[in-house]
Amino acid sequence: MRELVEESRFRVSETERSQMDDQTPRWFEPPTLVIEPRRSLFDLDLGSIWRRRELLYFLVWRDVKVRYKQTAIGAAWAILNPLLTALIFAVVFGKLARIPSGALPYIVFAFAGFLPWTYFSQALTRCSASLVGNAHLITKVYFPRLMILVAGVTTPAVDFALSLLGLLGLMVWYGVSPTWNLLALPAFLLLAALIALAVGLWLAPLNVRYRDVGHAIPFLVQAWMYCSPILYPVALVPERWRLLYSLNPMVGVIEGTRWCLVGGERPDLPTLLITILVTLPILLGGLVFFRRMESAFADVI
Amino acid sequence: MGDIAIRAENLSKAYRITATHYRHDTLRGHLAEGLKSMLQVLSRSHSQKETFWPLRDVSFEVKRGDTVGIVGRNGAGKSTLLKILSRITDPTSGRAEIYGRIGSLLEVGTGFDHDLTGLENIYLSGAILGMRKTEIDRKLDEIVAFSEVGKFIDTPVKRYSSGMYVRLAFAVAAHLEPEILIVDEVLAVGDAAFQRKCLGKMGDVAQEGRTVLFVSHNMPAIARLCRWAIWLDGGRLKDTGTPDEVVAQYFASGREPEGEVNYRAHGQRAPGSEAVRLVAARVRAANGAVTTSIDARNPFTVEIEYEVLRSDVGLRVGFSLVTPDGIVVFSTNDADGTRDADHGEARRAPGLYISTCTIPGHFLNYGQYFVTIGADTPLIQSHFLVDRVLAFVVEQTGGVGGHISDGRQGLLRPELPWIIDRAE
Repeated sequence: MRELVEESRFRVSETERSQMDDQTPRWFEPPTLVIEPRRSLFDLDLGSIWRRRELLYFLVWRDVKVRYKQTAIGAAWAILNPLLTALIFAVVFGKLARIPSGALPYIVFAFAGFLPWTYFSQALTRCSASLVGNAHLITKVYFPRLMILVAGVTTPAVDFALSLLGLLGLMVWYGVSPTWNLLALPAFLLLAALIALAVGLWLAPLNVRYRDVGHAIPFLVQAWMYCSPILYPVALVPERWRLLYSLNPMVGVIEGTRWCLVGGERPDLPTLLITILVTLPILLGGLVFFRRMESAFADVI
Repeated sequence: MGDIAIRAENLSKAYRITATHYRHDTLRGHLAEGLKSMLQVLSRSHSQKETFWPLRDVSFEVKRGDTVGIVGRNGAGKSTLLKILSRITDPTSGRAEIYGRIGSLLEVGTGFDHDLTGLENIYLSGAILGMRKTEIDRKLDEIVAFSEVGKFIDTPVKRYSSGMYVRLAFAVAAHLEPEILIVDEVLAVGDAAFQRKCLGKMGDVAQEGRTVLFVSHNMPAIARLCRWAIWLDGGRLKDTGTPDEVVAQYFASGREPEGEVNYRAHGQRAPGSEAVRLVAARVRAANGAVTTSIDARNPFTVEIEYEVLRSDVGLRVGFSLVTPDGIVVFSTNDADGTRDADHGEARRAPGLYISTCTIPGHFLNYGQYFVTIGADTPLIQSHFLVDRVLAFVVEQTGGVGGHISDGRQGLLRPELPWIIDRAE
C-alpha cells in the first residue's frame, strides 16, 4: 500500500515537472489555485468559461428537457406560443387599429418581429432569474457563476430555432419567399443574446440581493416591448424622436432580424452602430459588476 | 513544497450582522438602512452592526496523499472552511494555496433535477461536479452498478424511493477523481448499510493516494480513515494532531452542563434547514423544572422545540445520549412509536412543535451525559444535527444499590426483577 501511495505521488510530480521550466527548482512550483479575498475587478477569467463549456451544454440541455417534460405536445409550444400571440396582435393592431406593415401581410410582419422579441424577453427573464433559480447549486458547488447566466440566454435559442418553423409555414401560406439576407440572422441573434446578457449581468446579482428585481422584470419586459418596433414599423415613429428611439438596442435587432427573415426595410448603418455602442458599455460594465458581486452570492442568496 | 496539497494561511471569514438585515432585504429597506448609516457616520455615532467570525485566523497544511478529518461542534467553522476551500464563498482575509485538481462534495445529489431520469441526472450531476462527458461515458456502467437502481435508470428520479435517490447521487459523486477531495458530513444521510458503503469508498479513495479532507461527527470513522485531524472551535483552530489525540481531547473538552439551549434570538442562524428550524431544547426533571441534575431514581424528559416551515417533507426529530468518552448510549426519535412502512416519517403542518421523550428512572448509571439532538427526513436530508448541545449529570441518590455507593460498571444501572428461589 505504501508503495502504491509513493507511486502515485511520483506520477503526480512527473506531470508537474513536465509543465515546469527545467531551470525552475522544485520549491518554486506554483499552486494550482490560490484562494484569496478579492480578485481584481478586471480579471474576468473568461477562460474558465471556455474550459467548462461542457457544463454549459448540460445546463442548457437540462433546461430544455425540463421545460417540455410532461407536456402532451412538447416543443410544439415553442411554435404555438409566439404564433398565437402574433395572431391576437394581428387582429387587434392589424385589423382594428390598422397599423401599416408595408408590403408584408400584417401577421407575417408581426410574427417576424415577435420571434426575436420572444427570444430576447425569455433570455432576459431567464438570465435575470438564473442565479436565484440555481441557488441550490451556488451554495453547494463551485463553477464559474457566469456560466449560469450564459446558459440562461442560450436556452431560449432552442425555442427560437423551433419557432422559425412556424414562420416558415406562415411564409409559405402568404407566399413570402425567403432571401439571402437569411445569412445575417446568426449575427442578429448573437446581438440579441449579448444585449440580454448585458442587462442580465446587472439584474441577476441585484436579484440575489433584492428579490424586488424579480417582480419588476415582467413589467420591464412589457414596457420594453412597446418601445421596440414589433407591432409597428419604425417609420411610424416621428422623425425627431428617431434618434432617441434607436438608443433602445433592440430596435436595430428587431429590424435587422425581420429584414433577414422576410425582407423589407434594411436597418440603416447608424442605427446598428448605435445599437453596438449602447450595448458594449452595459456589457463590459455588467461583467465588472457581476465579478464584484460574485463572491458574495453564496452568502446572500 | 512538492508534497503539500493544501496550505491555508490565516483564513478568516466575517459576516456583518444587523438586526434588520435578514427580514427586510428589499431595496427600499436597504436604501433606508444606507441612509441611516450615512447619518450615523456623519453624526459619528456607532453603527449597530456586529461582526460575526465563523472562521478566524486558521492556518494549516495538508500533505499530499493524506486523509485529514475535521472535528468540532456545530458553529465551529467546519462548513465555512470547506466552503472557502471549495471556492463557494470567498475568505474575508488570509489565503489558501491548493496544489492539484480539487473536487468537493458538500451534499448528496448536487445538481439533481427531479424531472430528469436517473441516467440524465448522472450526466447532469457529473458535469456540475466537474467531470468531462467522455469521463462519464467511460464510467457509466460502473456508476449504474454502484447505485443498484438497475432498470429504474430511465425513470424520473422523482419516482425513486429516497434510498434509491441517495444511492444514485452518491454513486455519481464517488466516481469523481480529483487529486484533492473535500467531503462534508454527507454520510449523515442514508441507512447503516449505505453509510458503510460510503465509508468504504472513502477508504479506497484515500488508499489510491489522493488527498481527502472531510468533516464528520462520526469519530470512529475519523479515527479509522484519517492520518491527521484538525479541531476547530468557535471559528479558531484549537489543535491538530493524530486522530486519536485530537478526538480524545475533543471529547475531554466537555463544557459546563447546560440544561437548556434557546435559539429564538438567532433568527435564521439557528440550526435548521428551509423546512425545519430548531427553536430550543431542554432537560426537565420529574417535577417539571429545567435542570442539569437528575435523580437516578426518577424519570426525566428531554424536550426538543422546533418550527416546521414546510409541510411537504417527512420529518423525525430525535436525540442521542453520549458519554464524555464519546460512546453513544442510545439514539431515539419521535417516529419510534409509529409503525409506518415509510420509516414512520410524518408530515407536519407548519407551526411550532415540541417533541418530548421520557427517559425512565432507574435506568442510567451515575455520571455525566451529553445530548446530541437532530432532525432529518429519513434518507434524504439532515435538517439539523447539534452535537452535544445539552448536558446533565445523573446524581447518585439511591436507587439500585441503595444507600451503599457501589461503583457499578456499565452505562446503565437498571433495576431488574430478580427472583431468589431455594433450589431444594
